[in-house]
Amino acid sequence: MSSVLRVEGLRTAIGDVEIVRGVGFAVAAGETLAVVGESGSGKSMTALSIAGLLPRGGRVVGGEVLLEGRDVLALPEARRRAVRGAEIGMIYQDPMTSLNPLTRVGAQVAEGLTAHGWTKVRARSRTLEVLAEVGLPSPAAIARLYPHQLSGGMRQRVLIAAAIAPRPKVLIADEPTTALDVTIQQQILDVVARLRDEYGLAVVWITHDLGVVARIADEVLVMYAGRAVERASVRPLFAAPAHPYTAGLLRSIPTPATVHRGALPQIGGIPAAPSGLPAGCPFAPRCPQRIGRCEHEEPPLTDRSPGHAACWVSPEHWAGEAR
Amino acid sequence: MIGWRWAAARLGGTVLTLFGVTAVVFIVLRLIPGDAITAALGIESGALTPAQRAALEYQYGTDRPWIVQFADWLGQLLRGDLGLSLTSGKSVGGLIAAALPVTVELAVLAAAMGTVTGVALGVLAGSGPGRARDSVTQGVTLVGLAVPEFVLGTTVVVLLAEAFGYFPDTGTFVPLTESLAGNLSQLMYPALVLAVGFAANVVRATRSEFVEIAEADFVRTARGKGLPAARVRLAHILRNAWVPIVTLTGIQFGYLLGGTVIVEHVFALPGMGRLLYTAISDRDYPVVQGAVLVIAALFVLINLATDLVYRALDPRTRAS
Repeated sequence: MSSVLRVEGLRTAIGDVEIVRGVGFAVAAGETLAVVGESGSGKSMTALSIAGLLPRGGRVVGGEVLLEGRDVLALPEARRRAVRGAEIGMIYQDPMTSLNPLTRVGAQVAEGLTAHGWTKVRARSRTLEVLAEVGLPSPAAIARLYPHQLSGGMRQRVLIAAAIAPRPKVLIADEPTTALDVTIQQQILDVVARLRDEYGLAVVWITHDLGVVARIADEVLVMYAGRAVERASVRPLFAAPAHPYTAGLLRSIPTPATVHRGALPQIGGIPAAPSGLPAGCPFAPRCPQRIGRCEHEEPPLTDRSPGHAACWVSPEHWAGEAR
Repeated sequence: MIGWRWAAARLGGTVLTLFGVTAVVFIVLRLIPGDAITAALGIESGALTPAQRAALEYQYGTDRPWIVQFADWLGQLLRGDLGLSLTSGKSVGGLIAAALPVTVELAVLAAAMGTVTGVALGVLAGSGPGRARDSVTQGVTLVGLAVPEFVLGTTVVVLLAEAFGYFPDTGTFVPLTESLAGNLSQLMYPALVLAVGFAANVVRATRSEFVEIAEADFVRTARGKGLPAARVRLAHILRNAWVPIVTLTGIQFGYLLGGTVIVEHVFALPGMGRLLYTAISDRDYPVVQGAVLVIAALFVLINLATDLVYRALDPRTRAS
C-alpha cells in the first residue's frame, strides 16, 4: 500500500527551541494515523508544520513532508498555497473560534473552493453538497447563517465541510473533538470516518484521548517531548505497549476493574519542557523502568515487532506489574 | 432588526443628553466673570450709571433670575426659535445656518482623508509587526499625535505663503454651491491639518486590531483553506477590524464638529468654531447656547449613526 503522506525527520522550532525533534510516519489513503501525546509533546506543532500553518515565530528547520512523493516543504509559497486546502485539508480544535464571526458559513466553505480556481456557480453547488454530506439538515438554509447561530457540533461540521470541499487527499484533524460534548464527539468521529472511507482520505488525527484513538485509528504514533516514542498498529499497541510511557497512558484509562478502586494509576512527575530537556531520554525522570543508560543517552526509535519503540529496556525486562 | 424598545430608549436618552448639555452650558456661561455689557463696552462700562446699566440689562434680558431666563429660552426653543444675538441682533438660527455647513464640510473632508490614510497605514503597519514598515509608520503616527493643531496649522499657512507664494483667499468664504474649486482651495489645507491627528488615531487603532485579529483561530482557518494572503487580510482580518475602527471614527468625527475652533481661527474660516469663539468672548449668551446645542445634537446623531453601522457590520448584534 503506497502512502499518500510521508513525513521524515520533521523538526520544527519556535524561536530557538525545538518543539518537534525528528518525527516520521506514513499514512495511506483511507487510513487513519493517530498522533497521541500530552500537551507540549509537539503533536499540534507536527500537524501545523505539515499543513504549513505554523504560528508567528515557528518554522520547520529540518525533514521532509512528502505528498505523493513531492516534498511540499521545498515548494515556494505560491505553490505551497495551492497545496494548502486543496490537497491538505485541516480541521481544528475549537469550532467556536475557528469560523469568521462576521461571514455566512456558506461563503466560508465556498471561498476555499474559489481560491483554488472553482467558478462561483460550481463552488456554490459543491458547498451545498458538502454541507449535506457532513450531516447538516437543509444545507441551503444553514449556508445563509452566521456562526453564532450554530451549535458547537454544527460549527465543527461546517469546518469539516470546508476542509473536504476541495476534495483533498490528506485531512489533518487537530483534536477536533476535544471542545465538544461526548455525544457530539461520537457524531464527529462517525462523520470523519465515513468521509475518510468515501473520499479515500489519508487522515492524521491529533489527540490526547486514547478513547478516540481506539475508535478511529489504524496506526498510532505516541509522542513525548517532540519525538515519537512508539509507533504501532492500534490493536498491538493497546494489547502490548512497547514503551513505558505508552504503558503509563493506557493504565490511566478507567476500566470496569479500576472504577471505585481509589485513584487511577497515573504517570508521576510533569511532562518534559521543550526548553530544558534532560541529557538522556526525556521520559527518564518519570519512568518506572529507568536504567543507568537512560540518564545520558536518548534511545532511538527501533523495531520492536510488531511496532517500533524508543526505549533501552524491552518490555520482557520491565519490572513490577508492567503493562 | 431594530426594536421599538431600543429606539424609544435611544430617543429618551437623546432628549435627556441635550437637556443636560443645555443646562450645563447655560449655568457655566453665567458663571464666567463679565457679561455682554462689559464685553461690548470694555473698561468704559465702569463709567455707566446704575440706571444706565439697569436699562442695558433690561434690554439684554439679563436682569431676570437665571431660572426665568432658562425657562424663557427653553420655551423659545420648543417653538423652533433660538433667539437673537446680543451683539449683532441677528437671528441665532441664521448665524448657525451660515456657519454649520463650513464646519460640517471641514469635518467630513478631514474624516474622509483621515480614515482612508489611517486605515491604509494601519494595515501596512499591522500586517508586518516589528518590521521596518511598522516602526516607520508608528514613528510618523506618534509625531502626528504629538504636534498640536495650532503649530501644524500655522506651519502650513507659513509654508504655503513663504515657499510657494500661495495664500488661500480668505477675504470672503466661497460656499461649495458657488464654486467647487474655490471652496476646496479654502478648505483643503485646514482639512488636511485636522486629518493628521484623525489619521494618527485611526492608524493606532487599526494596527493594534489588525495584529490581534491576525492571531485569531479563524484567520488560521482562512489560511488553511489556501486563500491568497491579500484575501486573508481584507476579507478576514480587516473585515473584523472594521467594527472597532468604525466606532472610533464615529466618536472622532463627533469631536471634530466641536474641535475645529483653532483651525478655523488660523485659517480664518467662518465656521461653528469661530462663531462659538467670538460669541464666548462677547458673552453673547443666546449664540453660545444655540451653537452648543446644535453641536451636541449632531454629536448624538453621529453616535446613533455609528451604532447603526456597527449593527450592520456585526451580525451578532442583531437579534436573530
